[in-house]
Amino acid sequence: MWDYILNHYYEIAAVILFGIGFMNLLLQSNLIKKIVGLNIMDTAIYLFLAARGFVFGRIAPVPADVTVPASAETYINPVPGGLVLTGIVVSVSVTAFSLALVMRLYKKYHTLNLDEILVLCKKEGGSD
Amino acid sequence: MDHMMPFVYNFPAFSILMTLMAGMVTPFVRNHGKVAQKINFAVIVVVGAMNAVLLGTLLSHDGGTSYTYMMGHFPAPWGNELRAGPLEALMATLFCLVMALSILGGLTDIYNDVRPRKLYLYFLMQNLLLSSLLALIYTNDLFTAYVFIEINTIAACAIVMIKDSGETIVATIRYLIMSLLGSGLFLFGVCILYNMTGELLFSSIQEVLVPLFKTGQYAIPLTVVMGLMILGVAIKSAVYPFHSWLPGAHGSSTTSSSAILSGLVLKGYLILLIKMVYRMFTPEMLSTLHVNDVILIFGIAGMMIGSLKALKERHIKRMIAYSSVAQIGYVFMGIGLGSDIGILAACYHILAHAFTKPMLFCAAGNLVNHAGHNYQIKALKGTALKSPLAGIAFTVGSLSMIGIPLFAGFIPKLFFSTGAIESDWFRLTVVLIALAISTVLNALYYIPVCINIWTPKQRKGEHAHGAHDAHEDAHGHGAEADDDDEEELALHEEPHEKPRTSVSFVVSMVLLIACNFALGICYQPLTDILSAGISLLG
Repeated sequence: MWDYILNHYYEIAAVILFGIGFMNLLLQSNLIKKIVGLNIMDTAIYLFLAARGFVFGRIAPVPADVTVPASAETYINPVPGGLVLTGIVVSVSVTAFSLALVMRLYKKYHTLNLDEILVLCKKEGGSD
Repeated sequence: MDHMMPFVYNFPAFSILMTLMAGMVTPFVRNHGKVAQKINFAVIVVVGAMNAVLLGTLLSHDGGTSYTYMMGHFPAPWGNELRAGPLEALMATLFCLVMALSILGGLTDIYNDVRPRKLYLYFLMQNLLLSSLLALIYTNDLFTAYVFIEINTIAACAIVMIKDSGETIVATIRYLIMSLLGSGLFLFGVCILYNMTGELLFSSIQEVLVPLFKTGQYAIPLTVVMGLMILGVAIKSAVYPFHSWLPGAHGSSTTSSSAILSGLVLKGYLILLIKMVYRMFTPEMLSTLHVNDVILIFGIAGMMIGSLKALKERHIKRMIAYSSVAQIGYVFMGIGLGSDIGILAACYHILAHAFTKPMLFCAAGNLVNHAGHNYQIKALKGTALKSPLAGIAFTVGSLSMIGIPLFAGFIPKLFFSTGAIESDWFRLTVVLIALAISTVLNALYYIPVCINIWTPKQRKGEHAHGAHDAHEDAHGHGAEADDDDEEELALHEEPHEKPRTSVSFVVSMVLLIACNFALGICYQPLTDILSAGISLLG
């Protein structure tokens, strides 16, 4: 059991962080904190991927000495790194989009609290 | 893959790239919204035609054929792949058709709702939306699917918020938050699956998963992965109980956006789910791990609750939006049946709903304009008489959603029942009862609206009680006093100028009505294509 935890602490941390981020995004009423939660959630996934892609004792797949013929056994798997990079690009754009939306909302309702915004919006809509 | 690949086989990649390119070109015409609209429309037509040609080519082989297409000639497992068969080509073609008709149907509203300066952005987003939908339909790569899910999310949110009122921005942020939760779960599922199999292409994952599953060791991680990915897709396609964002987003946005979001965006994820079930997992895995049952129950719950909520709704567009929740429930139920005929019914329902819901939204948009921009169902009284085409379209759409024979919505219900009868007794009872109840519920909220829009508005003098209230009894609501107030308000609020019915609206409605009847009457060719496509998926 302890052995398992010690060997997989990165993954365990990633899952816990994912949970924290997810619940923040779901339940937090402050919109900025929601977006922070989104970033924690995404970063946790990247941590998970990076941790799973890494093998102790191996190096990044960039040959230091091109004269030596490369063998796959010396390198870690480069695919998770690629996935993490793509994922970061996606989450940056999504974050930017959400922040822009939050700015719009703040200009309109002068609050960042989603619950208050919903109440204000309902009042504005009248019959709705 | 042989070297003599027909040129037509490039079309899926071309159509995805072309729509993306159109999105990139649009900012150059930022001051000319009309030009942006024309570019968008031309791209949709060309892409639709390309996919139709592809469909024809694929079907010209006996029993249909399918192929995988390497992007950039990198072979698996490094390269990215597209996969096209009759199912994908048919969906892509019809999605282009629906998108074109939805934009035409709501064109007047787009020009009214969107500020002229922002008009090009709207069509830019439509291009991106189409590109992501096509990518979700055609992709054979899990991570590509994730990336395009996110593009789809952003584009879909953008076409909601473009109206730029407080209500739509609030609806957008709720939509965005739920979507991001969904894509987060999906991404985590992808990562765990990659971690288990070391592959990202659907077919390669399946090759690893099937023997792995036979050993029985990875049952729990596999269930978790399926749970995460299906949950992610379910949130994004608004399956009950994750539908809370849908009525706001679909109910408050401009007509075309509602039509496209309801008709197409929800479906992109469902087609991806069907592809994942067949090409990545297998239907056997789903039924062994009882994921099927969960999907079935969620679907049926959605059918019931969506209809019940629609029944309570007074806002016409929100009512139609809640009806989407119910219809997505049908599709989920079809997937949950776990048989080929269930999937066939689900696919047919995707198409039937894709052709019906945009028609309802566009017709409702037109009727609302005739009622002086009042969205209350009460205020729509007699509007169909002012705009008969919209009235007919709304009625046809309602009858189709209820599932009356000869209309599009009837055929999938027939197949759902057939699928249920061929299934075990539990599914048989549950699905048949659910279908019966849900049909009645659908009728309960669509028929009163249809009667209402065709009932002539009474003059103030003859506003006697009892004379006009046949419809109110049918509604069965308690708050009569409120209703009367609203109605009188609506009576005074005559529209200042008579809204004109544009040519594009007429074209769109006539074509959608025709498609609806075609889907409902000449269903055999379509089901043949769909079943060929489904058997080629597995």
